[in-house]
Amino acid sequence: MRRTFISASVLALLFAACGGAESGPDEGPQTIRLITHGSFSISDEVWEEFQAETGHTVQLLVSDDAGTMVSQAILSKDNPVSDVMFGVDNTFLGRALDEDLFEEYVSPYLVNVPDSLKLDTRATPIDFGDVCVNYDKAGLAARGLFPPRALRDLTRPEYRGLLAVQHPGTSSPGLAFLLATVAAFGEDGDYTWRDFWAELADNDTAVASGWEQAYYEMFSGGSGAGDRPLVVSYASSPPAEVIFSDPRPETAPTGVMEAGCFRQIEFAGVMNGTPVPNAARSLIDFMLGLTFQEDIPLNMFVFPAHEGAALPPEFVEHVSIPSDPAGLAPETIDGNRSRWIEEWIETAGG
Amino acid sequence: MDRDGGRLTLRPGPWLIAVPLVFLGLFYLYPLTRIIIRSLTLQGGLDLSPFLEIAAKGSLRRAAWFTLWQAAASTLLTLLFALPGAYVVARYRFPGRNFIRAAVTVPFVLPTVVTGAAYLALLGPDGPLGVDLRGTAWAILAAHVFFNYAVVVRIVGSFWELLDPRLEEAARALGANRLRAFRTVTLPLLAPSIYAASSIIFLFTFTSFGVVLILGGFGYATLEVAIWQEAVIHLDLAAAAALSVAQLAGVSAALAVYSRFQKRHARRLRLHPGGTARPPDSPGKKLAVGAVLASIILYLGGPIGALLWRSFQTGEGGPGLGNYLNLFRGAAKFADPPAAMANSLWFAAAAGAGALAVGLAAAVVIARLPGKTGPRLDSLLMLPLGTSAVTIGFGFLVAFDRPVDLRASAWLIPLAHAVVAVPFVIRTVTPVLRSVRANLWEAAATLGAAPRRVFREIDLPIIRRAALVGAGFACAVSLGEFGATAFLVRPDRPTIPTAIFRLLGQPGAVTMGQAMALSVVLMVITTALIMLIEGRRAGNLGDF
Repeated sequence: MRRTFISASVLALLFAACGGAESGPDEGPQTIRLITHGSFSISDEVWEEFQAETGHTVQLLVSDDAGTMVSQAILSKDNPVSDVMFGVDNTFLGRALDEDLFEEYVSPYLVNVPDSLKLDTRATPIDFGDVCVNYDKAGLAARGLFPPRALRDLTRPEYRGLLAVQHPGTSSPGLAFLLATVAAFGEDGDYTWRDFWAELADNDTAVASGWEQAYYEMFSGGSGAGDRPLVVSYASSPPAEVIFSDPRPETAPTGVMEAGCFRQIEFAGVMNGTPVPNAARSLIDFMLGLTFQEDIPLNMFVFPAHEGAALPPEFVEHVSIPSDPAGLAPETIDGNRSRWIEEWIETAGG
Repeated sequence: MDRDGGRLTLRPGPWLIAVPLVFLGLFYLYPLTRIIIRSLTLQGGLDLSPFLEIAAKGSLRRAAWFTLWQAAASTLLTLLFALPGAYVVARYRFPGRNFIRAAVTVPFVLPTVVTGAAYLALLGPDGPLGVDLRGTAWAILAAHVFFNYAVVVRIVGSFWELLDPRLEEAARALGANRLRAFRTVTLPLLAPSIYAASSIIFLFTFTSFGVVLILGGFGYATLEVAIWQEAVIHLDLAAAAALSVAQLAGVSAALAVYSRFQKRHARRLRLHPGGTARPPDSPGKKLAVGAVLASIILYLGGPIGALLWRSFQTGEGGPGLGNYLNLFRGAAKFADPPAAMANSLWFAAAAGAGALAVGLAAAVVIARLPGKTGPRLDSLLMLPLGTSAVTIGFGFLVAFDRPVDLRASAWLIPLAHAVVAVPFVIRTVTPVLRSVRANLWEAAATLGAAPRRVFREIDLPIIRRAALVGAGFACAVSLGEFGATAFLVRPDRPTIPTAIFRLLGQPGAVTMGQAMALSVVLMVITTALIMLIEGRRAGNLGDF
């Protein structure tokens, strides 16, 4: 009996390992496995429209954050869990491209997307958002302070003990803000990004493990319950404060410092080796269509990549898109990410 | 017991010996070897750079240092808190004594993610104590003391109970005061059991993973957490492999110390087999016993109470079942609790069956092989118990990519769980099997029964109960397993512990409530299973 069990499980293992690898003809209605990160959200009606249009259904697989999602996809790339990945951003895109995670696909709908968002033919830009320092208008006014206007302002004594940031090793906006400072101050010269962070640390900057903790527990503005009027967040956080308040205020209680921002672009890609490449491509096309694009802002609080997508009025009214956000090439980020984080820990503590 | 007479007919066949050996070789030694090779070679040749790299990396040096000091501190604190408890339970008879004894075991068998969630409920921002200790070493140490309390009460306490109190009384009669009598007589006698308990606690906390991951924030990582971060988040497999090797070295050292004291501990002193517990006979003693008992109940009940309390807190203010109902309402699609429950149950069934099959074969071989071969095989098969689960999960990840890629197989997780659980089956079945009297075998063999028939007709009825207990343990281990699973889980097949971990990592009160509710569900399943097992056996958990 025991022997039978063992041989049965070994056989089952072999079958499980070999099965499911062959790819059939990719025509007719398919189920597309879409893997994405924990912050992904889109209205149900949008998926219904996709199914009505193409006949395909989408099976949503939710991974943790973008970095873990990409790492795990690489570790299992010979047996991909998914057909399409959404939500890998430019801070982790280099790693995904390096490992050939995605098939090349240039969607015809990319004509509607500005060139500045297109970084590689294997990854399709879907949305973008800017990570910026947010401020609590009332909190600063009560201290008789003006909002800071440049990164260097944050190291000045009057802003001592007022800023909360996220750990770049555990938080995506934290990493984006670190990259913004690397882009702003560089690695060489009289005043490097490490000098800046050493001064920030001396100026009693609080470090949170994630955005939630920094925004809701340390920040004093809007829905924050803390006592620090400055926090690293998104350029789209002020409209979120308006939309989720009841009654809705005339103006947002928080504002955005437009200098020292980092632009995060989120990409979708067709997984290399997917058995349903055609269906996967049709999903990418759909993601660039107006239905999907116009559903993005109020669900994920980022901006659609489609230049013609209509924005909800709250976005038009309360958001300013930073004119000159920092950007670094994906391969530069990928080549230096862990070193920068390590050096950040040495400099700013952690 | 001399079983030489039955040797010729009863020596286990090569097939039976092969089962545990092949299992151990394929699913334990092979993955481990691949990790070691991976850490030593880069691009073909021998290359020690991963080791130099981790030595140069500040965050990893800190992880190594933290791993060491928190394990030492956890061990000392646990002894400090639990020795009075061990003393009271060992020396005094009072109403509810058996209940206390069983109750202290509950935290020990709780899955680590449940312990993490309970401490998050107790010491988190909305906890009843009004302090926020998340991301501090205190939260980690407190949780470590919580789940290791039973180790001291069980190992030291059960030894203490058998220790002849007249030895200490004699010292007192000769003029030593209470403290001196304890220090010079009782303590030296207890020492081996204290060392054995300490090395077990050190081992458990040295390899702590789930608790540190949940309570430590970014500030604190053990080697175990660092291995996971390097492999799964940073994708630096060479560094993760080098860390695993460092981890193995640490674990082996702790195990070596343990087995040394385990042997000393086994040396029979002048013992009272019937136990020496007496009712507290003076008001002062009654008060002291009462105080210790109250502290035990408070310390062990606090986190569990906070977890239960938090799981019934709904966003709308009043208490209710909202969090539990949310588990099934699809409110947490990213963690999918119903699927996680279904997966966990079938993983546990498969792992339990696999561990039972391998463990039974191993136990028969260990009990029947003549001479020293049996015990040697026994210690070989105990190895997975001392290896960190994270290392086993990581080993599976690096080893089973070719020739056939098993990493996408649904069987991978139950297999890893079975590796972790087999020692539990062996530990439960072997002693019972050894107690089967050899002359029964001989009689059966003389009467012409084939070995297989001897097993079926004689061994099996006797060990059936132990086998069930072992399988139950294996299922419980699988249900709560987190370290290896964290490496092997795929987004489409979550388990209850990985779903809890993911819910805890998500923002918002709704997911936090669901994490607490799911933790309670896992706690209830595991505790019920363990209670069932405990009811079925006379011994205790003192034997690891």
